[in-house]
Amino acid sequence: MAPLTPAPALRRKRTRKRLRTLGFLSPWLIGFSVFFGYPLIATVYFSFMHYNQIEPPDFVGLRNWKYVLTQMPLFGPALWNTLWLVVVMVALRVVFGLGIGMLVTKIKSGAGFFRTAFYLPYLAPPVAATVAFVFLLNPGTGPVNEILGAIGIPAPSWFNDADWAKPSLVMLSLWGIGDLMVIFMAALLDVPKEQYEAAELDGAGAWGKFRYVTWPSITPIVLFAVVTGVVQTMQYYTQALVAGKLASGVSISPGTVIQPGYPDHSTLTVPQLVYTLGFQNFNTGAACVLSLVLFVIAMAVTTLLMRKRAGLLPAED
Amino acid sequence: MTTTTLTTRPAPARTGTTGDPAARARRTRLLHWIAVHTVAIAAALFFVLPFVFVFLTSVMSDDQALSGELWPHEWNWSNYVTVFRTPGFLDWWKNSLLYAGLGTLFTVCSAIPVAYALAKFRFRGRRTAMILVISTMMLPPQVIVIPMYLVWAQQLHLSGSLWPLIIPMAFGDAYSIFLLRQFLLTIPQEYIESAKVDGCGELRTLLKIIVPMAKPGIAAIALFQFFYCWNDYFGPQIYAAQNPASWTLSYGLESFKSAHSVNWNLTMAATLLVMAPVIIVFFFAQKAFVEGVTLTGVKG
Repeated sequence: MAPLTPAPALRRKRTRKRLRTLGFLSPWLIGFSVFFGYPLIATVYFSFMHYNQIEPPDFVGLRNWKYVLTQMPLFGPALWNTLWLVVVMVALRVVFGLGIGMLVTKIKSGAGFFRTAFYLPYLAPPVAATVAFVFLLNPGTGPVNEILGAIGIPAPSWFNDADWAKPSLVMLSLWGIGDLMVIFMAALLDVPKEQYEAAELDGAGAWGKFRYVTWPSITPIVLFAVVTGVVQTMQYYTQALVAGKLASGVSISPGTVIQPGYPDHSTLTVPQLVYTLGFQNFNTGAACVLSLVLFVIAMAVTTLLMRKRAGLLPAED
Repeated sequence: MTTTTLTTRPAPARTGTTGDPAARARRTRLLHWIAVHTVAIAAALFFVLPFVFVFLTSVMSDDQALSGELWPHEWNWSNYVTVFRTPGFLDWWKNSLLYAGLGTLFTVCSAIPVAYALAKFRFRGRRTAMILVISTMMLPPQVIVIPMYLVWAQQLHLSGSLWPLIIPMAFGDAYSIFLLRQFLLTIPQEYIESAKVDGCGELRTLLKIIVPMAKPGIAAIALFQFFYCWNDYFGPQIYAAQNPASWTLSYGLESFKSAHSVNWNLTMAATLLVMAPVIIVFFFAQKAFVEGVTLTGVKG
């Protein structure tokens, strides 16, 4: 047996271990403080300032907060639209994703073709997919309305109608269901076959098998899909912005200031409003207040996500 | 238990042509097959038809693209040439490749040591570090963009370029760190122990043992990051909008539509050209990709 390590050597070893850990973590430690910690503190600072990005910032107390939360006309519609999308889009995506995932596991012939076909739209860059959908659904010459017209179904104006703009965005998001399809497919294939056989012996029908075998074993994945869906939808920006801009038909050259959320602010989301306030109206204070509102909601959802049941943080941590 | 359930099952019917239980089972299976594949074909139409219409319109003549017709009279492949000749379009390609290429390289290099430490080192604050990584991953980019923009624009004078988007990637991207860490957890500790017995230091263990074993995980984060950069619209809008020479494809495509507002055919050709690289990359790296997607949700 080796003799016990003397204390100073042990201490040296521990210091070396600590330095080693710090060394490996250093890229992230720097990145986290410079590109996350600093801007977060600065956002809080600017939320109490009047700052137009030219003259030096000027302390105004809670005025920005009062303005955003009680007076700003666009805050209400933006919050409503974001919440609408969070509820409707996430719910439909999870249901549709689960449906397509189950369908894929049942396909016997041409499974590879179908799987690829269902997955590909998810890969389409959001701007490209949105441009494509604005074309497909345009009320003048769009193929969708041509077909609907030919079979005699009254066609809505989609992205040009305040009532249909958000449902059109939901349709676009269902087109890109590939990510959820893969996650659900993997979860469904993990359900032990014997359990289905046992349920069948007990006389369970299709619904019974889903309710008592499939559902209990996929609930963690469903929960995961819901919570990550909520987080993603709170950031919903590109598709809504591009759809609104293109459908409005305004030609945009650099520097043009447009009213966001065409038609009638129906596609204006909270992240878009941050951009409009901060980079078009140069109202830095109000934009930072709105950022912080978004931050608080995002943190609340993330806390929920890190509960053990949502499965993101492994139990052994 | 088993006997009771068995007796409650209905006895096979003995009348008619379907009386034979085997034939009936075969018929049920056939009906099931037809039902599943009918639904599958209907769903496939929903997913594939948008691509088809976009493609058909992209080869129409200018006049026909203004009509509501669905099938091109003549196939104008020259539309694609016109798109490539649009001023700026090739620059957008170059910029997209620069952003996605360098961004991916930086992300992978910085994520590997961090993910390794988070997966395999035992140290105080590891749980806190993981929580912070996940929190930054979940955070809307709009939350911190304003002070960040002010630093890049006013202190470093780098707005109008893509560097404010590329440089931070050398300092660890939370999503990539998280994904890679989940992958590294699956590598047994014994490999690391035996490398140490052979006299490898931590860095050598990482480079010689872990990185080769983690290739699928590294491929997955590289792909995700490449796609993220290629698809990014918000970043270029903040930092590159003022300077058209720095636009990427994702950002330029929208202005393309504005400039050619009546030419749906050219816009659709450009749209397909923006989608194409991503889809081609996917076909070459399908396995790594699906691995990455399942890694986000199922494992860990």
